[in-house]
Amino acid sequence: MKTRNTITRRTLGKATLGAATLLGAPLPLRFAHAQAPANLKVGLLLPTSGLQAQIGQACRKGADVANEVFADVKMPVSLDIVNYDTETKPDVARTQAEKAIDAGCHVLVGAFDSGQTIAIAQVCEQRGIPLIVNIAAAPQITEQGYKWVVRNFPTAPMLITGALALHKEIFKASGKTPKTAVMMSVNDTFGTSMINGIKALFPKLDMPYEIVETISYDPAAKDLSVEVGKAKATKADLLLPVSRLNDAKLLVQEMVKQRWEPMGVLNPGAPGLYEQDFLKTMGKYSDFLVSNVPWLDPKIAMTQALEKRHAAKYPNDQLDLNGGFTFEGMLIAAQAWMAAKSTKPDALMDALRKLKIDQHVMVGGPIQFDAKGQNVNIKAAAVENFKRKPTVVMPLDSAAAPLVFPMPGWNDKRRT
Amino acid sequence: MTYDFLLSLAQAIAKGLLTGMVYGLMALGLSVIFGVMRIVNFAHGEMMVVGMYLAWMGLEYFEVTPMLALPAIAAIFFVAGYALQRGLVSPFIGRPEHQQFLLLLAVAILLVNACLAIAGPDSRGVQLEAQFDSYEVGPLVFDAVRLHAALAAVAIALVLWLFFTRTRTGKSIRAAADNHLGALVVGLDVRRLYAVTFGIGAACVGAAGALMITIIPVTPFLANEYTLLAFVIVIVGGLGSMTGALMGGLLIGVSEALAGLLFEPSLKSMFSFGLLILVLLLRPQGLFGRSGR
Repeated sequence: MKTRNTITRRTLGKATLGAATLLGAPLPLRFAHAQAPANLKVGLLLPTSGLQAQIGQACRKGADVANEVFADVKMPVSLDIVNYDTETKPDVARTQAEKAIDAGCHVLVGAFDSGQTIAIAQVCEQRGIPLIVNIAAAPQITEQGYKWVVRNFPTAPMLITGALALHKEIFKASGKTPKTAVMMSVNDTFGTSMINGIKALFPKLDMPYEIVETISYDPAAKDLSVEVGKAKATKADLLLPVSRLNDAKLLVQEMVKQRWEPMGVLNPGAPGLYEQDFLKTMGKYSDFLVSNVPWLDPKIAMTQALEKRHAAKYPNDQLDLNGGFTFEGMLIAAQAWMAAKSTKPDALMDALRKLKIDQHVMVGGPIQFDAKGQNVNIKAAAVENFKRKPTVVMPLDSAAAPLVFPMPGWNDKRRT
Repeated sequence: MTYDFLLSLAQAIAKGLLTGMVYGLMALGLSVIFGVMRIVNFAHGEMMVVGMYLAWMGLEYFEVTPMLALPAIAAIFFVAGYALQRGLVSPFIGRPEHQQFLLLLAVAILLVNACLAIAGPDSRGVQLEAQFDSYEVGPLVFDAVRLHAALAAVAIALVLWLFFTRTRTGKSIRAAADNHLGALVVGLDVRRLYAVTFGIGAACVGAAGALMITIIPVTPFLANEYTLLAFVIVIVGGLGSMTGALMGGLLIGVSEALAGLLFEPSLKSMFSFGLLILVLLLRPQGLFGRSGR
């Protein structure tokens, strides 16, 4: 029996609708559709519950708006982002990484915390899937010879070197130089790396102050009164906290209660002091605390697009380095996919190694990975909280407001 | 020894005493239940976490501070404890200890998972006006929230002591604890007394939860830690002894604070357990407990 190819009204209607959709779609998306054989599936692993939940959620928001920002800056790409919760536990991070790979993710991005990231990196090495580290500073992540890992975040020594250089700039600009400092640090993988890094680098950097004591504590600590009491007893001029979010809150709360007013609180490259939840909870006591961290460059078009999309989608949330670096994780995955023109792990990893991204959102040079998979072009900024808003005060050419140092007392009228 | 060191020492002891008073109140509930019914409440930390969540919800949804919500929370816990004893625990009195253990462990798991399902795994804390306040007495600085919590804990312990020594029901409970058979012979309703005791123990731990939330934020996973802490306190103080629970709380609070000051703060829990081992070796009945021999 012979069948005839006939065009029915229904087929014609469907074809017209399809054509209209294609013509009506924004140009970049059409281009992406034409270029990509299948969407790149990105497994985003973050601690969105547990102790680091708030920071994990802040990271995720940066990824949530990634596709919209790509369209805004006419990047012809759209990613399938699948979220996995590591529950702030390295063992769960490992299980979730395996789950993501089993579910067909072509590339993994994560995981904010060094311990969890190391667990994921081991899975990626075993399974041969690229991992783009959004935030994690422990040096060993790019020092262990991993073949499937790239990191777009400074290592602890890079963070420390950048931060301590900024300390000198702060003292120079303010004309006040502290003589002594006390370090307080979480005793997790990140904190230990930072402390060891500071101890190793300190003699080489010719710092004007002496570290008189180092006090470590559990990141899950529920009370830091003894630790702060011990730090206060040193009578140090400066506090250098290597904190996370919850302990940063406890730390400042105890400082206020114990009426300890050092010359300044200068974070040597750690989270906590600039986080939205910290600013909200601590209120006026969050002002004039300084974080020396990589930050978003407000002068770049892509940053402006990211800020606009983030503000539209999350009007009550602040965009900080967590969202910024996680967005960049997505950007790196997208650029690698476009360069590789394939979702195959080998092709993606090869593209990642050769990548050079000039337009991105964080302060620093182009995103480019060295032989170990480390982006060495990231720079730090001094970010001081003013009226519950982290504001760039150093380097001077990027400053959005003048530096205030020494820190005003807890009951100073400038805290409102 | 320098003046600064002595000042830090005095400050640490003061802080340890204040925290220890709340610890003592928490452990008091465990001790009262064991002292009367000879049942070890393995869901103790979980009950405290529920108390913390109730206090947090009071402030979050009804704008009632934990201190004001405390009587209501204690009353809810009393009723819940009474019902739990009558419905679940009572049939297990006199049964082998492992069965009691499994029953209360099941209750503990149910409570933690209920908290997890309702409030999620995130840390929940309360922000009070006094959160950043402190009182200065000479060179010493006292944390306002901790001081308020400690005073409330002492007041509750005092009320409890008055109840057990001045009221008819309190005296009956003590009689039943001292001589179960004798209490039955003289016609005391021992089943009801046991339920009241469990209710009182639960009310104590609920009140301790309402006070503790003002000091630290709560997560469901905190429960195990506090069950363990309550056990350390009552074993050091003497299982079944009210004075022992209070003194054990103070001792653990001060030992943690001093260990933090004199050694490494992150090692402070090690000293509580070191103290526990010492007491178990040298005075197994606890510092204020009666010898079983």
